[in-house]
Amino acid sequence: MSPRLKSPRKVIDPPAIKGFRPVGDPLAGKSAESVVIMLEEYEALRLCDYEGLSQLQASQQMGISRPTATRIYASALRKIARAFVEGRSIAIQGGTVYFDSDWYHCASCCCYFNNPEKDKLLEGCPLCGSSNVERFEAEQVVKMGGH
Amino acid sequence: MKIAISSTGNLPDSMVDVNFGRCAWFVIYDTDNRSVEYIPNPFRDQLENSGISAVHFLEQKGITKLVSGDFGIKVKPLIDSLRIQLIVIRDMKYNVNQIIELLNH
Repeated sequence: MSPRLKSPRKVIDPPAIKGFRPVGDPLAGKSAESVVIMLEEYEALRLCDYEGLSQLQASQQMGISRPTATRIYASALRKIARAFVEGRSIAIQGGTVYFDSDWYHCASCCCYFNNPEKDKLLEGCPLCGSSNVERFEAEQVVKMGGH
Repeated sequence: MKIAISSTGNLPDSMVDVNFGRCAWFVIYDTDNRSVEYIPNPFRDQLENSGISAVHFLEQKGITKLVSGDFGIKVKPLIDSLRIQLIVIRDMKYNVNQIIELLNH
């Protein structure tokens, strides 16, 4: 029997970097196998420890159950501890995730666009420069995604 | 800043292609020196994952925005993770030249 499929986890802010490398013995980081942290583990760590949310709040943000969030978070801590103690490099990649970005609609050139840089404010439509843009509702986006 | 447009042909009056992964040509427009480059889509006849291959191909060319008619369900998360902006034009009334004019606003 095949195992139950993992439900995809929502990642709001993907990491800007691809990993970390230990300082000191220059060979240790390269020759030793690196610890792979998955994107959902990064996101759980970011929400719980950087944003200071509770694990219940973090689980709601990621669209998963609280026990799953706890398991992912615990796995992230274990992997980081292992990398620190054994002097391994850390790679952040993979995982069962989907990314979330808001959609906007421009009324003057009838195009739809998203804003990948969440921290930057939107300066009008990227195509025609018009400021006649508005947020697109989530239900409509689902229809748009159904190719 | 480089912007990729999916196009049905290699002429300025070619229409924007509705498909992203299997479009005929990619038009790469550089807003800094206003240069236009036409590249035939090398993944057009690929059986599957042509969109994903195309995104990686365009990312290596330094694209930050993508203009097309529609994007497949597989490419959307990848494009988000690479922080490329998507511009979706649903009604296909623009040709490549008009898009470039709009981008020059």
